Amino acid sequence: MPETVEDIEFRLLLEAVLRKYHYDFRGYSIASLRRRLRQARERLGCRTFSQLQDCVLHDSSVFPTLLSYLTVQVSELFRDPAYFRAVREQVVPYLRTYPSLKVWVAGCSTGEEVYSLAILFREEGVEDRTMIYGTDINPEALRKAEAGVYDLDRIPLFTENHRKSGGKSSLSDYYTAAYGGAVFDKSLRRRAVFSDHSLAADEVFAEVQFVSCRNVLIYFDRELQNRAIGLFHDSLSHKGFLGLGARESLRFTEHAESFEEFDREERIYRKRGDR
Amino acid sequence: MTRPQLEAVAVGASAGALEALSVVLPALPPDFPLPILVVVHLPPDRKSLMAGLLGDRCRLSVREAEDKEPAEPGTVYLAPPDYHLMVEPDRRLSLSGEEPVLFSRPSIDVLFETAAETYGPGLAGVILSGANSDGARGLRAIMNAGGVGMVQRPDTALAQTMPTSALAACPKALALDLAEIAAALRDMVESR
Repeated sequence: MPETVEDIEFRLLLEAVLRKYHYDFRGYSIASLRRRLRQARERLGCRTFSQLQDCVLHDSSVFPTLLSYLTVQVSELFRDPAYFRAVREQVVPYLRTYPSLKVWVAGCSTGEEVYSLAILFREEGVEDRTMIYGTDINPEALRKAEAGVYDLDRIPLFTENHRKSGGKSSLSDYYTAAYGGAVFDKSLRRRAVFSDHSLAADEVFAEVQFVSCRNVLIYFDRELQNRAIGLFHDSLSHKGFLGLGARESLRFTEHAESFEEFDREERIYRKRGDR
Repeated sequence: MTRPQLEAVAVGASAGALEALSVVLPALPPDFPLPILVVVHLPPDRKSLMAGLLGDRCRLSVREAEDKEPAEPGTVYLAPPDYHLMVEPDRRLSLSGEEPVLFSRPSIDVLFETAAETYGPGLAGVILSGANSDGARGLRAIMNAGGVGMVQRPDTALAQTMPTSALAACPKALALDLAEIAAALRDMVESR
């Protein structure tokens, strides 16, 4: 298909966002990003991407709204319980052997996965030696992650997920219901740090034993996927673990050879020791 | 009338999907020269039996799509449960977990709209049995881009709402029964 005017405007808008706000979406998968930008355009009452660009360049108060469309915020506690069961039963026995443990949840969005792991590590008795870094590019999502308050109507799903993941206690032990929300216990984030980090622009910030990055790479093109997985590889310690989403794999990336499949079904990989 | 060569087929089905796909797909030869991209509404459980069931009945290879893989001829790609299936401008397939559309993830509209942008007039869209209106908008996008629209004739569908909605949105789409849809797809690639 020849380049359309909208294609040109789409590229220019991403360039404008990069130059003015320093967020680099140029390596994101196009089909999904274009769909979401069209939704943002409609919501902000703009007819074209050029108008949207004008609007976001000249009114920075619009940018957080645009950013909420640029990043997909869909998560739940213990999403894909079988993954968390595999972490609990297959990965934690290895992690247990380390005197101190660092875990990186890359693209943590509103924090559901960080709380899931914090609960899991408490149940498995390794909480006290574990530090969890939750990173994302969206400050509003990070703020929600720090608050740890989720809609009460999501709790039945969370509870069911937690049970299916092999949870050893009742999820209700970890939150209190107030003002229509479930407020998760502050003690769960005693060992968690939320911070701004971009897989598209930033570098490695710590050595970790386990990276969990689920349903993030699908939004990246192959080049950016390679960059992100390169960061995970450089960040992981000898024989560290990498968990991906249920439909993600290293198969189409440059780094397929640098990891071995640890749990094929749950998409958990292990950094090879010899490189 | 000459029309541009077809490059891909996109299919959407919901209630009655297995029955309908079990007629259309087995009627296509193993060397069918186009990729076939399929969205079936399924519960969000991770495991779906659909690829296995259809694979047993077809001569084409049938599997769930993987993120960023190129769409190859003679292969049926099913959207995995709980993910939208999309086509990138470079013709690779991509997955997305963004919000359900019309309560569905995967969504037929999402596949059809993104595929229409990539393939333009080289795309055939097929709407089969289903009890909702997903796909109507997407089929319109395909036809607006110059592609071919086909809809299972509502009186032959297990669930008529989806074909009826698609025909209401796209009055120029061909209304065919399942055998005729398969024959039309064969004809369109044979005349190349």
